Amino acid sequence: MASRRVPLSRIAHARSGDKGDGSNVGIIARDEKAYELLRRELTAARVKDHFTEICRGEVERFEVPNLRALNFLLHDSLGGGGTASLRTDAQGKTHGQGLLAMELAVPEEWLS
Amino acid sequence: MKTVRIGNGQGFWGDNVDAPVELLRGGPIDYIGMDYLAEVTLSIMMRQKLRNPDLGYATDFIDFVRRVLPELKEHGVKVLTNAGGLNPRACRAKIFEVARELGVSGIKVGVVEGDDLMPRLPELLAGGNELRNMESGEPLAPLAERVTSVNAYLGARPVVEALEEGAQIVLCGRVTDTALALAPMIFEFGWGEEDWDLLAAGTIAGHILECGAQATGGNFSRFWEVPDLWNVGYPFVDAKPDGTFTVSKHPGTGGMVTVDTVGEQLVYEMGNPNEYITPDCVADFTSIELEAAGQDRVAVAGIRGRPRTPYLKISASYLDGFKASGQVTVSGPRAVEKARLAADVVWRRLGRAGVEFEEDQKVTELIGLDACLPGILSTTGEPPEVVLRLAVHDPERARVERFGKEIAPLVTAGPPGVTGFAGGRPKPQEVVAYWPALLAREEVEPHLEVSVEEV
Repeated sequence: MASRRVPLSRIAHARSGDKGDGSNVGIIARDEKAYELLRRELTAARVKDHFTEICRGEVERFEVPNLRALNFLLHDSLGGGGTASLRTDAQGKTHGQGLLAMELAVPEEWLS
Repeated sequence: MKTVRIGNGQGFWGDNVDAPVELLRGGPIDYIGMDYLAEVTLSIMMRQKLRNPDLGYATDFIDFVRRVLPELKEHGVKVLTNAGGLNPRACRAKIFEVARELGVSGIKVGVVEGDDLMPRLPELLAGGNELRNMESGEPLAPLAERVTSVNAYLGARPVVEALEEGAQIVLCGRVTDTALALAPMIFEFGWGEEDWDLLAAGTIAGHILECGAQATGGNFSRFWEVPDLWNVGYPFVDAKPDGTFTVSKHPGTGGMVTVDTVGEQLVYEMGNPNEYITPDCVADFTSIELEAAGQDRVAVAGIRGRPRTPYLKISASYLDGFKASGQVTVSGPRAVEKARLAADVVWRRLGRAGVEFEEDQKVTELIGLDACLPGILSTTGEPPEVVLRLAVHDPERARVERFGKEIAPLVTAGPPGVTGFAGGRPKPQEVVAYWPALLAREEVEPHLEVSVEEV
């Protein structure tokens, strides 16, 4: 089956926020097939690699199949967290948008 | 089956001030929850209260009351809020003053107290409660001198008590956001202390509501699908005694309520989805069933919960030095190269002055290039302009102040095309840092006090 690398925004949506000195990114697949692909391909290691310049700690992954969602905790990803952080995005508000920019190979027929 | 409509008109202090008024006037509603407290808001209120014993609450809430009190009375709409902050009694006194000005009487206002542990901190620490930081594991005692506020997150029970005593407005301090939605359900439906599934359902309803427009199209990934975001309707749930509910918004408002907008709010600030811990119960987010139920309506069912834990979460704050940030706009050819040079100039001039900052105590950002998502999203090709933003953190105010003097000279003694420096030198701001901890319930709950008075 032919596939094409596309940003995750083509098959999912996401929201992020702060969780202590880290952020959480919840990503929701648009349908069951897309959820199976995310569950298989979107590993904690891959997310850690994607956020390598942002996330200094571990990445934890949780499955939420009833919402077709994966939840990632990006530990130590806010440069100190909350009011102590010096960054513009001290609360990880943009991390969800950042994950949706990751590219994965997706079957061509899903993209029409 | 009896249905109770519970909405949220304010997701945080700073949210749209017209939203709760629109929610009240936009159609039938029974309860409005309003959230004003972020993690360190209470420490700001602590300082206000120290300067003036009649302050220390969210003054925006008074503006809301002034706008709508006669309508609240006429329609019997109840308002539950944490706007009381560190001084809910002073907040009530101010509401009574406003009521008398407006000629409104017969309104009962409840106050919940006991979350403020600051006066009891020495006693708690001496009693062997270490209040260890939930993230670092460090005990609080070494920082005790710098602590500016200590509050326990309270659950729904004291709010229910105020409703039982007839309160139409309930003023709390640090109560969980979810309790503001759960409390009316417990009160209206008579849910028991150990009805864990029902308590979890009300808690999850509260989580969906607590950030206002984030359930109705605000902050939604596919923003281009959201109609009339400018006029976004704030969310409400129609709750039933069996723990099922639907999420919706008033007809004629902008925004949208779909399985996707509600789903995104459910994953917002999510930790372990199997255990969402509140003072009232432990809710299981993997049990939630969402289903489209017509235009701008989503049905929620299937929620399971487990017994509450023996602990309450504590939100403390402490002084942690000073910080400042300053920025200039760098425009024209080779903007990125010029901005990087400007940053280097600042850090090296500070070094020459003997004011150096540790790597993790300073930040250099090129806004317009990759400030928020470095290594993920950056421009390809040369941007026509970038904003250079520099920031530092240090225990000493004087060093942060010295940093603030090094931004303006970039305009004449930096690379060309530097502009947009306005508003004077960046001033050192005191950093109030957050300290989350756990404390046994029995240290807090016997001290809770609920009082209801009528104007």
